[in-house]
Amino acid sequence: MRIRLSGKYIRLLATASVLVALYVLGCVSFRNFGSLGVLVNLVGDNAFLGVAAVGATFVILSGGIDLSVGAVVAFTSILIASLVSHGVSPLAAISLALAIGALFGSLMGFLIRVFELPPFLVTLAGMFLARGMGFVVHPQSLGITHPFFLERVNEGLAISLNKDVTFPFTATCYVVIFLVAVFVAHYTRFGRAIYALGGDEQSATLMGLPVGRTKVLTYTLSGFCSALAGVVYTFYTQSGDPASCVGLELDAIAAVVIGGTLLSGGVGFMAGTVMGVLIRGLIYTLIIFKGDLNTWWTPIVVGLLVLIFILLQDVISFASARFATATKQSSH
Amino acid sequence: MNAAPAATAPPLRSGRLQTRKAAWWTSLVWPVTGLALLLLFNLIFTEGFFHVEVRNGRLYGVLIDILNHGSKVMLLALGMALVIATAGVDLSVGAVMAISGAVAAQLINRPGVPFPAVIAAATGAAVVAGCWNGLLVGIFKVQPIVATLILMVAGRGIAQLITDGQIITFTDTHLTYIGNGSLLALPFPVWLSLGMLATTLLLTRKTAIGLFIESVGDNQVASTYSGIHAGTVKFLVYAFCGFCAGLAGLVAASNIKCADSNHAGLFLELDAILAVVVGGASLTGGRFYLAGAIVGALFIQTLTTTMYMRNVSPDIAPVPKALAILAVCLLQSPVLRTKMASLFRRQA
Repeated sequence: MRIRLSGKYIRLLATASVLVALYVLGCVSFRNFGSLGVLVNLVGDNAFLGVAAVGATFVILSGGIDLSVGAVVAFTSILIASLVSHGVSPLAAISLALAIGALFGSLMGFLIRVFELPPFLVTLAGMFLARGMGFVVHPQSLGITHPFFLERVNEGLAISLNKDVTFPFTATCYVVIFLVAVFVAHYTRFGRAIYALGGDEQSATLMGLPVGRTKVLTYTLSGFCSALAGVVYTFYTQSGDPASCVGLELDAIAAVVIGGTLLSGGVGFMAGTVMGVLIRGLIYTLIIFKGDLNTWWTPIVVGLLVLIFILLQDVISFASARFATATKQSSH
Repeated sequence: MNAAPAATAPPLRSGRLQTRKAAWWTSLVWPVTGLALLLLFNLIFTEGFFHVEVRNGRLYGVLIDILNHGSKVMLLALGMALVIATAGVDLSVGAVMAISGAVAAQLINRPGVPFPAVIAAATGAAVVAGCWNGLLVGIFKVQPIVATLILMVAGRGIAQLITDGQIITFTDTHLTYIGNGSLLALPFPVWLSLGMLATTLLLTRKTAIGLFIESVGDNQVASTYSGIHAGTVKFLVYAFCGFCAGLAGLVAASNIKCADSNHAGLFLELDAILAVVVGGASLTGGRFYLAGAIVGALFIQTLTTTMYMRNVSPDIAPVPKALAILAVCLLQSPVLRTKMASLFRRQA
């Protein structure tokens, strides 16, 4: 038992060391890389991906997958922008968008649960549906001029760290949502049911856990997180765009994998996903600082990192399994 | 039932052969019905849908366009059908298309490179990409979704690297023929897809490979015990899927006479998976229906073309596609089937 636990932490430790190594590499190679501004921007620029990745982590922990994330983010952003431009109050628009996101997720969860359809296909359909509905709401990107978004929230709620650097509102959102997610995942009955469901659905059923309810709620939560990411996106860009965030779900899944969560479900940490998101952001920042490299190196490096972490997972589980049998034999 | 075993044995054997044949045909019933319904809708409501004319010895018309534009998904669906039969999935085919198009465009513009070498290099690159997926899934036992996700993410970057971030245009008549030429009144891509269908059918149904693929997808442990090396079978299947994606990439690049690494084959992996599922296969593996996958690809292309013809914005086009996926999923759902069956039984 202790060995398996340590295997879990080794993965988290590996992710953390990659994060630190990348950051130190940046600080050594470039002047000003270590400045507070770069760090704050790293969190702020990746906030909406991070929030989406929180939802993806829950789904993957439960042993499922959600491909609709990027499309729901785009749909939410254009819905809010279009509602606000039609004179709906921003808070009402945001609440409505969040409710639709959650409802959308729960519908997908319902189809997966009741008709036992593969999550891959259902959320793929969800992705097409949300993407198309975004264009139905408004066919192009739409700027938001309502003072609520710029003056009252983005400028009013930004925290000034020193005279040059302010901690943006989107970054604050990310931090708060992350803390709530950690609480839900590790300190609630629902969170533990997700882990149990991802570990082994049959055992979870036999233990008397509400498997069906947990499954539907997990997808509801993921839809809600995607909608929340869409809200953060509208604050970040001051606009809504139905064509944005194509492939965001893959970035989110990649961040989850780099964060050490097993795609088969049941094992992983919310903190790992945050580090995965930051690692992706750091690679991008490094490439920007380098200047002469093109941004298409980002997907290649991210792909390589995903590969390394998958192979690492294999090595760790293999080594810990052998270690476990070795200790068992020696104790006999 | 209780007749002498000696008497029942021969008919039972032929009966089994017949059920096998019947299963092959029944698998096509649903996809063909769907396609027929869609065509019927167009026959009644869409003007000029069935208009076909001959110009310069080549057929022109909406139906021919469907065959022509559907050929990319048809090619992808052939490889994808085999991958899904092993209970896997290949998300990287779109990115592999971009790679193969990039290699072809880059080489054809270089003086002194013969045309066959260009084709060999482009499809070769795609096969290497497929082998990479096969290595991860078959040998290192990585989950297919994750293993192919790597190349899906990184593949477009690699294609950009090959073309140096540019959109590379070409005018070579041989290469443009692949996507635009015609042979015996039909566009060349249609012949290419049909040729690949025939080859794949021969390879899988006339040799034991098809049986191996289905058995690995159905029950990997049992097939390992009966002496089938599951890893090798998977490796070969992913390599073949890469090859199909390479051909589709050549068609895509040749069609628009340039290699566009950002958009070549974007989201076609989803269309290919959908085509296979519409064709009657289950994502849990164990069965493949190549003809069904081809009909599935045509169904998707007909759906897309119908929406274009009815002035639906291409941006909104995913909505009906999503509804089609859900309908197909629900039709295949065993839960829904048993529920419907019990409903009918109660009424009776």
